Amino acid sequence: MSTIQDPIQAPAKSMRFGEMAALVGFSAFAFLSIIIAAKAYTPEYAFHAYLFAAASIASVFAIGNRYMNRPAGAVPQFIDGKPNYNFDVVKVGTIFAVVWGIAGFLVGVIAALQLAFPMFNFDLPWISFGRLRPLHTSAVIFAFGGNVLIATSFYVVQRTSRARLAGDIAPWFVILGYNFFIVIAGTGYLLGITQSKEYAEPEWYSDLFLTVVWVTYFLVFLVTVLKRTEPHIYVANWFYFAFIITIAVLHLGNNATIPISLFSPKSYIVWSGVQDAMFQWWYGHNAVGFFLTAGFLALMYYFIPKRADRPVYSYRLSIVHFWALIFIYIWAGPHHLHYTALPDWAQTLGMTFSVILWMPSWGGMINGLMTLSGAWDKLRTDPVIRMMVVAVAFYGMSTFEGPMMSVKAVNSLSHYTEWTIGHVHSGALGWVAYISFGAIYCLVPWLWHKREMYSMKAVSWHFWVSTLGIVLYISSMWVAGILQGLMWRAYTKLGFLEYSFIETVEAMHPLYVIRAAGGILFLAGALIMAWNVWKTITMPEAAAEPKLALAPAE
Amino acid sequence: MASQGTSTSTSIWSKHQIFEKHSYWLMLGILVMISIGGLVEIAPLFYLKSTIEKVEGMRPYTPLELAGRNIYVREGCYNCHSQMIRPLRDEVERYGHYSLAAESMYDRPFQWGSKRTGPDLARVGGKYSDLWHLEHLNNPRAVVPASIMPSYPWLAQTRLNAKHIAEDLRVQQILGVPYTDEMIEKAQQDLKTQATSDADDADGLQKRYPKAQVRDFDANPGTITEADALIAYLQMLGTLVDFKLYDNKANVR
Repeated sequence: MSTIQDPIQAPAKSMRFGEMAALVGFSAFAFLSIIIAAKAYTPEYAFHAYLFAAASIASVFAIGNRYMNRPAGAVPQFIDGKPNYNFDVVKVGTIFAVVWGIAGFLVGVIAALQLAFPMFNFDLPWISFGRLRPLHTSAVIFAFGGNVLIATSFYVVQRTSRARLAGDIAPWFVILGYNFFIVIAGTGYLLGITQSKEYAEPEWYSDLFLTVVWVTYFLVFLVTVLKRTEPHIYVANWFYFAFIITIAVLHLGNNATIPISLFSPKSYIVWSGVQDAMFQWWYGHNAVGFFLTAGFLALMYYFIPKRADRPVYSYRLSIVHFWALIFIYIWAGPHHLHYTALPDWAQTLGMTFSVILWMPSWGGMINGLMTLSGAWDKLRTDPVIRMMVVAVAFYGMSTFEGPMMSVKAVNSLSHYTEWTIGHVHSGALGWVAYISFGAIYCLVPWLWHKREMYSMKAVSWHFWVSTLGIVLYISSMWVAGILQGLMWRAYTKLGFLEYSFIETVEAMHPLYVIRAAGGILFLAGALIMAWNVWKTITMPEAAAEPKLALAPAE
Repeated sequence: MASQGTSTSTSIWSKHQIFEKHSYWLMLGILVMISIGGLVEIAPLFYLKSTIEKVEGMRPYTPLELAGRNIYVREGCYNCHSQMIRPLRDEVERYGHYSLAAESMYDRPFQWGSKRTGPDLARVGGKYSDLWHLEHLNNPRAVVPASIMPSYPWLAQTRLNAKHIAEDLRVQQILGVPYTDEMIEKAQQDLKTQATSDADDADGLQKRYPKAQVRDFDANPGTITEADALIAYLQMLGTLVDFKLYDNKANVR
């Protein structure tokens, strides 16, 4: 990657400012962490402090070691007139995504089994459902989804800007720091450290650490865009920008807490009651809007045109739907609070904008799907395209279902039920995971210089096994949710409530079993992908050739 | 790619190039667009008086209840139990009076929840005996055979760690919860008092925290366990406001 240095003429090696600052910063942080560990109020918090100390010390060694082994002088930005892309961080992020994906799906399967058969809680505090459910949601959204977003954004921003990723240590800090945050958050849930705000459960110190990582992420992304040698900022990067900026704003607003002490993991939120609820769902819904939608739309805008070898369908549609989407999404949060003690005017606003949101969402869907125009045959011949197109179709489906469920009359039935869980999973499994799988199937051969994935047949198997899983999952949850909602409100002829609560729980059992089966199939599909990714990375390039000739069966 | 599709014509679309060629304009545009909705929906909640009506009976949590609430949070009970009764006929008949905004005014964080895998708990206080709760936490299927709730046998066996409970109250006081200095000073003592049957300072505690229920909650008088705290919290849920006296027209303007 770097230019060859003549040892005699090489300039004297000196430490860069970034290296020096990182060394000093990590050393100081290791020291602070050890003090906190010693004085921690709880052993769980001490454990986390020691983890922080160990990671800081490891960082000091890694940076020192890197300095000793690197050549003097700056990393060249261009080699032979071509940008000297930094794809090593992208590789690491891609592998993290696959690994966390499997972990997150597995935890989801266990949680599903716990609801079907409570003995799967094993009477152990660490893996009881209440602690495992946040582990599942965070593992799939932030660990799997987050690594996909960071890895692809670092890839896409370099390619579309024709510039090397900004920063030297910074990109590594982003990808490794983010994954360290995941470890802290995940082990925290199992140990009972949570602030109980859905999808924002990590406590104050994890939140602060994530803030530092996220600001660094933003700067790396921004400076790379500023360094671009293309006049335009490509549309995918608008979505990445919206995702990075808005998540930062949401994170700060929803996690405004005061810890009871530097030595305690416990904190109390600045907002209370109604206001806290509104902040939470302003955050919660826009985590969906900007993490799981805007971020992954960026994937759609890069990987679908690339893979299909077609331009994006409509440039104007992308402008309209981008601005409309980010403007309207922010308003939709109160639909999580229909008929609660939140004032009616806020509920009505939330409902109205949620219904309007249908339009920009479908604008995005149309732009993605119609990019295939003139290349629809690829749906048949290329399972990777098929996966991404089905992802966009699921996006369209769940962005219709969402506005429908946000209508108060529908919500009075659907809220608090499994229907919500089904809706979320049609978006999460169908849209987010499928567009991510598609991107991973594109990225792995590109990054490791292979012509194609090791086995396209395995991609096809992944697609069909997990599609069956999704169908089982969402249809069982639709039935469960509507059944539950109807049973709760059922009256006898004499005007009494017809069912006790426990009867409605019993009615869920077969549907919970079907859901768990769907989850197992989805996990099985992801395992096929992991195997395929592994084989692709490790295969000798020559072996790929005969396979490729067979792959697109006409 | 397609972003270069338009020519340099003077159509309105070409104006968009300012966002495509200048990252600072793009970021500013994004910030403006995402700020409006949040500001309009959230800011008024802090100054519109109608957001939280004044209701008789609300008071901050006692130290024991707060410790119990923190266990409720720790175990992730909110993942399956809501604490928000909607004003719908079946919910009011099943769970009791619909929840008022004032009833969660001291909740940091709020525990309204989003899912009812189990029943709503906003008014569970006083509906079951302490012993029922104890049995139910130890093994839910012992009292509700079809229950799918996890068992929490460790709660009754774990001594409550509330050494720092006064600091919890102190932080909440800073945030505006009306804990007095006296309450903070006596937090540790109040916590023990409330978990003890026939305690000496029960009157003082109930003066500081009206309607506080004072007794040994877990049938284990020797030790204050996590079960004591959690059951104390569950038994007070929804009991502070007296709905015989509550006037739902009082705040209508």
